[in-house]
Amino acid sequence: MSGSTLVEVEDLSKHFRVTGGPLGVRTAGHVRAVDGVSFRIGAGETLALVGESGCGKTTISRLMLRLETPTTGAITLAGRDVHRLDRAGVRWFRRKVQAVFQDPWASLSPRMRVGDIIAEPLVVNERLSRTRVRLRVADMMGLVGLQPWQARLFPHEFSGGQRQRIALASALITEPDLVVLDEPVSALDVSVQAQVMNLLKDIQRERGTSFLLISHDLASVRYIAHQVAVMYLGEIVEQATADEIYERPRHPYTRALFDAILPAHPDDRRPGSDAADEVPSPLNPPSGCRFRTRCPHATDVCGHAPPRTALPGGGSVACHLYPATAGSTKGPVRQ
Amino acid sequence: MSTMEPVLTVDGLRTHLFTRWGTTRAVDGVSFTLHRGETLGIVGESGSGKSMLALSLVRLTPEPAARILAGSVVLDGTDLLTLSEKRMRKLRGSAISMILQDPHQSLNPVFTVGNQLAEAVHVHRPELAAAAVRERVLDGLRKVRMPAPERRLRDYPHELSGGMKQRIVGAMAISADPRVLIADEPTTALDVTTQQRYLRLLREIQRETGVAIILITHDFGVVAEACDRVAVMYAGRIVEQGPVREIFDRPRHPYTRALLDSRPRRDVRLDRLPSIEGSPPSLVDPPPGCRFAPRCRLAAERCTAEYPELTAVAPGHETACWRWEEVS
Repeated sequence: MSGSTLVEVEDLSKHFRVTGGPLGVRTAGHVRAVDGVSFRIGAGETLALVGESGCGKTTISRLMLRLETPTTGAITLAGRDVHRLDRAGVRWFRRKVQAVFQDPWASLSPRMRVGDIIAEPLVVNERLSRTRVRLRVADMMGLVGLQPWQARLFPHEFSGGQRQRIALASALITEPDLVVLDEPVSALDVSVQAQVMNLLKDIQRERGTSFLLISHDLASVRYIAHQVAVMYLGEIVEQATADEIYERPRHPYTRALFDAILPAHPDDRRPGSDAADEVPSPLNPPSGCRFRTRCPHATDVCGHAPPRTALPGGGSVACHLYPATAGSTKGPVRQ
Repeated sequence: MSTMEPVLTVDGLRTHLFTRWGTTRAVDGVSFTLHRGETLGIVGESGSGKSMLALSLVRLTPEPAARILAGSVVLDGTDLLTLSEKRMRKLRGSAISMILQDPHQSLNPVFTVGNQLAEAVHVHRPELAAAAVRERVLDGLRKVRMPAPERRLRDYPHELSGGMKQRIVGAMAISADPRVLIADEPTTALDVTTQQRYLRLLREIQRETGVAIILITHDFGVVAEACDRVAVMYAGRIVEQGPVREIFDRPRHPYTRALLDSRPRRDVRLDRLPSIEGSPPSLVDPPPGCRFAPRCRLAAERCTAEYPELTAVAPGHETACWRWEEVS
């Protein structure tokens, strides 16, 4: 599946200053929202970033969209550093990278007609005649399973699943190479989630678009992700191919996330793991392995930073349970 | 765990919404029984009427658009629909209580937790002295397993973690010893771990108090995790209901079957998820036949002409489908 590399993220960090004191100007500390993250996304591939709220996955999506600048590290798209672009480069970037967000009730302007919403990225980024724009809109609506006549309607006339189709049509109209999908189905009914995920797969197959999928739910990710990276408190704790991570989850946090998946049948109910404990403050994360305060396997050695061990098929796990083997490197191993 | 002693009996409940565009039959003849100590899951997609059903049970439907037109909601021998608003207000929170999954919507940021919990007790037991109220508040916090409850009373909601806030809301919901607890889950999912905590909290509350729970959800995973019985709602009506294992193992309605199939599973790798094509019908002037027929694989002539009433197919298991024997 893996073709040429589209996105390369190298040792990416984003730290936010936290202010305190009576005037709110004193620096009280830094939140390391993203801390030394590396990964790559191949052309036509989907990488899923999975973790609980506060793990930094949305900060990564914002960095990827140039809505934040990194503290250290870099993101390159087709060989160009996306945070060092000139004006022409920014215009190029906006055509190449688009996004779909979680809440289709908040992300679509209620006062614009659906056709105009879908056309907007095209109108802003490219000079085309009205007729050409209208044809492209009709094309996109067909692609996502909407009828062209519905372009005249307003967003409130659509259901949640249809709204997500509209958002997707709008994101795809500039023919981007990468679409950032930030929890694209979690605001939808379970029955509708299946439709939208099937649609995402079809679009990827047809157009070779790469996806960066942000999700908190390992169960729904399996259908569309090729690679899965599990994040905890700003770090990637395990990264592997989807098959590898679903069949042999290694990091105790990955396993805890699996345990939190609701059962498929009443007979699969479990007494429950301790993943229900809460995430420590990112302002003051535990030393060494950050998961050790919730980890059932934690020992003294976990106070030291865990080794990063290479996994078969590419990827890595950062845990003392998997001591570094010969040939392993620091940082995620690439194929 | 349930002793089959009915606590709440709903019969022929009909709540319609009167709007400019016509009459929406949001709840259109719903009947079910809730037993002591059990958890009943009500499953449906958005627009199925499940939330309007929950609001009808506590008579908090949005006026003037919504009106409860027919039926009865009998709680311990009293029909709630015949009570005066004043008496109903006394029962809300005491006999029948609601809990939301997202605790941020239920706590006031400018009052301490102790203050808000005390208010919940005081409203229903105005005769209690301050010390007795405090004792009841602490007792409630212990029931939801709040660590060091005395220390929490002076905290404001923002000083507590999400899990602790959930426990506070849980303690508030059971502060007046309700017989029935309605838990309405929003569609927007919270973290899987937050959801797991919430379901575990409900289970702890039930074990401590024996309260009967109605759990409103769109997710059969929640049902598998937390429910004893389940009722599936489609377009304002219950189309199938029964014990949870029976429904998972032998669903007898094509809609239930389709909902079960569309859930992503971790253990099976499929290239495509089965999905239900089309969307639920408009509830303004629904057609006479089965409301699922336009989306149903098994639909035949009779299905579009005549509505199938709920019929028993196994002990405690009912379905509203003409062709239930062909649903595998």
